[in-house]
Amino acid sequence: MALELLKGNVAFAEAAIRAGCEAYFGYPITPQTEALEHMARRLPELGRAFVQAESEVAAINMVYGAATAGVRVMTSSSSPGVSLMMEGLSYIAGSRVPVVLVDIMRGGPGLGNIAPAQSDYNQIVKGGLHGDARMIVLAPATVQELIDLTVEAFDLAERYRCITVVLADGSLGQMMEPAELPAMRELRPPGERPAWALTGASGREPHAITSIYLDPEEEEAYNQRLQASYRHIERTEVRFEEHRMEDARIAVVAFGTAGRLSVTAIEAARSEGIRAGLVRPVTLYPFPEARLRRLADEVDAILVVEMNAGQMLHDVRAAAAGHAPVAFFGRTGGVVPMPEEVLDAIRDVHVQLSTEEAVA
Amino acid sequence: MSVDTIARTAAPVVSYPASLAPVPTHYCPGCTHGIAHRLVAEVIDELGERERTIGVASVGCSVFAYNYFALDFAQAPHGRAPALATGLKRVSPGKLVFTYQGDGDLASIGAAEILHAAARGENITVIFINNAIYGMTGGQMAPTTLPGQRTTSSPLGRDVHTQGYPLRMSELLAQVDGTAYVARRSLHDVVNIRRAKKAIRKAFEVQQQGLGFAMVELLSSCPTNWGLEAQEALDFIRDEMVPAYPLGDFKVPEGEAPAARPGAPAAHGAPARDAGGRGKARGGAGRGGA
Repeated sequence: MALELLKGNVAFAEAAIRAGCEAYFGYPITPQTEALEHMARRLPELGRAFVQAESEVAAINMVYGAATAGVRVMTSSSSPGVSLMMEGLSYIAGSRVPVVLVDIMRGGPGLGNIAPAQSDYNQIVKGGLHGDARMIVLAPATVQELIDLTVEAFDLAERYRCITVVLADGSLGQMMEPAELPAMRELRPPGERPAWALTGASGREPHAITSIYLDPEEEEAYNQRLQASYRHIERTEVRFEEHRMEDARIAVVAFGTAGRLSVTAIEAARSEGIRAGLVRPVTLYPFPEARLRRLADEVDAILVVEMNAGQMLHDVRAAAAGHAPVAFFGRTGGVVPMPEEVLDAIRDVHVQLSTEEAVA
Repeated sequence: MSVDTIARTAAPVVSYPASLAPVPTHYCPGCTHGIAHRLVAEVIDELGERERTIGVASVGCSVFAYNYFALDFAQAPHGRAPALATGLKRVSPGKLVFTYQGDGDLASIGAAEILHAAARGENITVIFINNAIYGMTGGQMAPTTLPGQRTTSSPLGRDVHTQGYPLRMSELLAQVDGTAYVARRSLHDVVNIRRAKKAIRKAFEVQQQGLGFAMVELLSSCPTNWGLEAQEALDFIRDEMVPAYPLGDFKVPEGEAPAARPGAPAAHGAPARDAGGRGKARGGAGRGGA
């Protein structure tokens, strides 16, 4: 494989196909529609399933249906469309079938706009799902990472029989940059679908895939099994990246595009003698809580940068547990912050620390 | 010959379908869900498809259909069974996939999903239980509740001026090019039950032949929520529901003759005999229709 100039939406769609995605069900919504269009062309030519659903409500339930058959299946959408999928996602989480969702976030609330935003962090990471359910959430910052994490999302979803969300914003979906696609994986033959799948009860007891347990004790026991699986995920799947953290006094914590553009601001701050660095959570759930707890003891201050009004901020504050001051800079409603604005925010934190030192 | 000897030596006249699990029913006395389940199970047995069939349960009294059918089953969110069945069938083209849905599920909250599954000509079979009421939640008005019919959410009788008209889903879906077979039958007596079974068989054969979307609507009873005795409830189907929901084949595969041509529905008016007229209202805790 070689580097190609790829648009984010097309890149993750093709990456999913190469990761063995056998079926895609979706509904057009900007800024992710190119993914649906790519699937509409590619899947039928490969003899795989594509349906443009009548709504996101239907799309996620088609995904649910295909998932119960034990195939790799996905959908993609953007913020308002993902809101419509919440019911189905809860059923999917409640019946433990593996599903991949790519959410290319846009400005909100309501119809909002089609500009890039990160304002669905709470919805996806904390869960718009009813019930005690979680989804693994991966946050890419480049088209290459969008490709790599989409492939990985299928493996994670299958390993833990859960939903894995690739949470990116409209700029990643729409931008073109050089990236490398993975090799095409062989599809799993229909005869080798997972043991729990619905394949017709041939020579075995029938399977029921359901999320209803009328007896509260039974439902609680089921929930405890779900929670045990989440604890395992929290122990083993935390991922983050660091940049110039070796001697940093100010740590910027930012995910996705906000993390990427913070790198430019950090370099500029460094050229002014401010020792800044970046911790970029790659998994938003499981959240790199332990790393951030240590971070709070290592640096003088933390600056959270987001393309929203401050959502991950609360997780960072909880992890820092008062061991370091946590400041926030964000733009919302579809406005992408400029690196200069982030630089200003770093300078502000720096000035505040210097003043405090002077007073001390 | 003693009864014991007969029991030991005679070949069974009636056997239990292999596609039906031998478990006690939770359905109310006089409810026709049990008959509908048995007909579906008999048809799947007779077609020799038990080990290749996957059912999709909906939300309503039949939410636990998978406890009764000895088949692989998925349980769908309220109204979404046709979407779920679409996903299942598209990745399992060699299997028979059917949904089992009530009227609240299919004609109200799931109206979009059933309409578009039909429009796409999804090669699935739909068993549609129309009992003109929400059973599981305790007797609220359904999209199929008759004009004038009293329910817990139309306590003065369904007033079409404020609560709208019933939907005739078979007539509606027969208009859609993607449907191959659409029929309405009733479960109120033996003759009609036998006709219903033939229609269910046809709806599965249509899927076997890959002809497209097939649905059988079954007029069914809900004695508990209608506030009627079991036999009265069957009479209510015959006297009030059948005139409003004519029986027959609304769509058959190209080149085939319908088994029965439906007549025109009776003009809308209050049912002559009022189901739910005894101020019944068993509290329900669930969600959904039949």
